[in-house]
This record gives sequence, C-alpha cells and structure tokens, in this order.
Amino acid sequence: MSDLEKTSVRLITVAGPPSCGKTSVILRTVEPMIARGLKIGVVKFDCLTSEDHHRYSDAGIPVKKGLAGGLCPDHFFIANIEQALEWGKKSGFDLLTIESAGLCNRCSPHIRTVLAVCVVDQLSGVHTPRKIGPMLKSADVVVLTKGDIVSQAEREVFAFRVRQVNARAAVLPVNGLTGQGNLLLQKHFQNAPAISSLKDFKLRFTMPAALCSYCLGETRIGPDCQIGNVKTMDFS
Amino acid sequence: MLDQKVSTLIKERPYLLDFFTAMAITVPRDQTSLKEFLTSISTTHLTEFSLDHQSLTEQCLDFLKQMETFSLQPQSSITEVTIKAGRDKNGDLEPSDVVLKVGEVVAVVGPTGSGKSRLLADIECLAQKDTPSGRQVLLDGEVPDEKKRLSGDQQLVAQLSQNMNFVMDLSVGAFVRMHAESRLVSDIDSRIHQIFCTAVELAGEPFTLETPVTALSGGQSRALMIADVACLSASPIVLIDEIENAGVDRRRALELLIKEEKMVLMATHDPLLALSADRRLVIGNGGIQAILATDREERRILSELVEIDKRLAGMRDLIRKGNRLSS
Repeated sequence: MSDLEKTSVRLITVAGPPSCGKTSVILRTVEPMIARGLKIGVVKFDCLTSEDHHRYSDAGIPVKKGLAGGLCPDHFFIANIEQALEWGKKSGFDLLTIESAGLCNRCSPHIRTVLAVCVVDQLSGVHTPRKIGPMLKSADVVVLTKGDIVSQAEREVFAFRVRQVNARAAVLPVNGLTGQGNLLLQKHFQNAPAISSLKDFKLRFTMPAALCSYCLGETRIGPDCQIGNVKTMDFS
Repeated sequence: MLDQKVSTLIKERPYLLDFFTAMAITVPRDQTSLKEFLTSISTTHLTEFSLDHQSLTEQCLDFLKQMETFSLQPQSSITEVTIKAGRDKNGDLEPSDVVLKVGEVVAVVGPTGSGKSRLLADIECLAQKDTPSGRQVLLDGEVPDEKKRLSGDQQLVAQLSQNMNFVMDLSVGAFVRMHAESRLVSDIDSRIHQIFCTAVELAGEPFTLETPVTALSGGQSRALMIADVACLSASPIVLIDEIENAGVDRRRALELLIKEEKMVLMATHDPLLALSADRRLVIGNGGIQAILATDREERRILSELVEIDKRLAGMRDLIRKGNRLSS
C-alpha cells in the first residue's frame, strides 16, 4: 500500500442526456476544489466514442475512459464500477466523479447511498424532464444548464417540471461556460458519502429488460429472428 | 390525503392531474379514493416508469407536499437584500454594505472583467463569506437557512438579457398560461390578460395572444419577457443586462418593475438608464469601488436625456413608416 492510497473515496455519479453539458459542469465545479488542494479523478463512460477525456486531462485531472462498444452501456458501467472505485482509492483521490453519457433515457447509473447528480439542458425544451425518466427521477441533485440563453419564464417552468418528477432533489442552475452557480454544487460534491466498497450496494433502478436476439447481435428483421424477451405494439 | 377522493383532490390541486398525465395514467372522475386509485394502476405500467406501488405513493405524496409549500410562498416574500461588504482582488475592503429594497433601481457599471458577474453570482448563490469576494448576503436582515440554500428552492434573481430567447413553440397566450400554471396562480386568465396588455404597451408594435412566441420581433419578445418577469416571476430581484434600444419603452419597463415591487439591478452604460436608477454601483478590480447616488445635477441631465430619447423615438417611427426626416 503506497502512502497516498486511501481506504474510501467520496463517490459521485453524474448522468444526463448527450451534449447537455456534463463535462463542462464537472470541470467548472471541480477546478476550484482542486485549487483548494483536493485530489479529484474522473471516470468517463460512453457508448461508442468520446473525446471528453481530453478535456479532463488538458485540465490536469486524472481520467479513465470506458467505452461500452457493442455492449449495453449500463451493464458495462455496472460491471466496471467497483474497479473504478478501486482505482480511485489507489490513486488517493478525495473525490471520484463517474460521468456517464449516452445511456438511453430508460436507464440510470445511480446507486443507493452514492451521491446521484443528473444534468439537464434547459434548451432541450420543457417536456424534457418528463422524458428523461429514472436518471432524473432518482437523482439527489439536478443541475440545469444553458439557462443563460433561455427566457426566465421557461427556466421557471423547467425547474417546476423537474420538481414534478423529483420533488426531493436539490435543483441548481449552473452555467457550464462561466461556472456561475457551481458553488452550491461544490458543496454537494464535498458532502458526498465516502465509499470504501460497493459490494452489496444496489442500483436505484433496475436495468432495462433485455435478452432478445438483437441484444446478441442479430440484425435481420422478421418474427423468425426474434427470440427471447420481445414486446409488440398494438396497431389495431 | 390517501383516503380522499381523487376527483376532489384534482379539483383542489389541478397540478396533480399533470403528475399522472406525465406517466400516461388516466385519472378516474368517480368516487375512487387516491389510495384505491394508486393500487389499481397495473404493475406492468409502473415498471415502464421504473416504479412500484410503494414508490409511486411516496412520490405522489412528496409531490403534493412540495407543491403545497410552493403555493404557500407569496410571490416574493423578501423585501430587503443586504450584500455585506467583501474585498476586491487586492484584498481592499469594499466601501460599505449595499442594501437593496423592493421598488428600488440600482445600476451596476464597470468595464468587462471588472467583477459585475462576480457580484451577481454572489447574490445568486446567497454567498456566505464562502466565495472569492468574501461577501455575505442577508435576506430581510437574516442569514439564509443553509439547507434551503443548498436545495436551490429559492432563486433570488430573475434575468433579462439580450442573449435570451424563447425556445418553446407556443402561442403567446399558451406560453404565459404555462408559466402561470407552474407558478400555481389562481386567477390564470386575468393574469394572462394583464401580462399581454402590458407587453403590447411596452412593445409599441402590437401582437396578439395567438402570435407564436418565436415569431415575435426582438422588441416584442423583450417586452413580453419584461411583462412576464414583472407579473409572474418568483424571484424578488430582477437583473437587466443591457436592454437594447430598439422596440421597448425602457423607462416604462422600469416603472412596471418598480410597481410590481421588484428590486431591479441593471447592468448598463446607457446614461438614460443609469441616471434613472436611484444609485449606481461602480465595479472595478473585482469589487464595488464606489456607490454613487444620482445627484440633483444628474436628475436635471436625465430630464434632458428623456427629451432627446423622445425625439429619437419619434424619428425612428418616421423612418419605420417610410417618411423622410427632412420636411
């Protein structure tokens, strides 16, 4: 065990639709914390490609990238989360942020007792909070981005709609470009529960039901090719 | 709550209907109690929203509770915001505390990078000597509750800036209705009428309740935003960031915000607006360097500026209508 190794790390899962500003929000939020002497690392989970890890390493933040490729990104995420935590402990981080993007709206990477943050972009329209589902519904903190270019009325409606689906969460507007609003988010980050092991921890929501032939690589269309858990629509 | 009839609950709390509609659940209009109704929803349907009966019940009650506290809060209960002096980038103490009161207009002046955004950010996050400036914000003379601060429930500052747009594809009427509904106001129709009439008056160029918000001209959108913020926004402070010249009666806009008991902060270098304010905060080197009250000579200059502005507006109108300025 090296001297810098730690027995626990404050762990945070940050989720949100693609391009909503997760990386910018995380960067603006952790930069002042790093300046105060905290050691912070990031693990970035994505589906196919991601260039965001360069933005972290350019900022001098240790980062690991995980691409799910052909796998369901959520299954990939959960199968790697313990290793991520081990990396965080070994690296001596005070805080480890897990950023996951591009997961389908059906999913949520949030884990019970681990601080759960959901980032939503206010430009995406006021119906978005209802469409996002579990990753918003089960979050502890909801961060609203891109509010500087949307009318005040729409921002108020947006925050209201977020509370409609998640009445318990803190709802914080943060500007990912200027960092305005990040102070309160920093405070949430700093108070995140420290985790020493994720063994026997549970996801806040179930993974999507899967295991049809398409999950296994089938590309042909037609009832003969659909085996397993298949649901059909009613067009009558 | 669980034993009450769903139909009665919805009548008293229309927002509950929205809660279920969002999950594609049809609400019964008969004698069913909330509890019976919640249990009657099929497990399969709930699974689609990653819920079960227990979590649905919890969420429903949480929502009702939150909306209750929300609607009990008056439009803006805060009448005074104090910004206790902090320090500029050199560590020099600001000249004095700044107290903002409802119905007051304060201009904020200083070049780009002087620290205007920093001041605003301090107010927005209710700084408690924990920001680089070391300022502290008090609400009605008291330190705000830290838990409430972290929840983000209290958004102190409503913003009006040049960069803002409407992104929704709705008519003016539907747009204001949606905002009014989210603010849980009781007299929605009269509120829509009030905002609409005010906006048209401010804009000069008429539009209708059926006009899509995205089809409004720059001046019309700005006018609608101002009227909406004055009459519906939950935030006691309104920050105005350089409202452009064209299309909006800016002095009328200020009068409206004062009448609606807002505290107005205005980042502007336009002499007409800056002198309309009661005071102006001079920002430099990351801190407030001076606080200037508009003096008697400046008030005299202001009345001249008002005349010049009227003349300019008249000429603008002539040009718009295709006339010559030469007679």
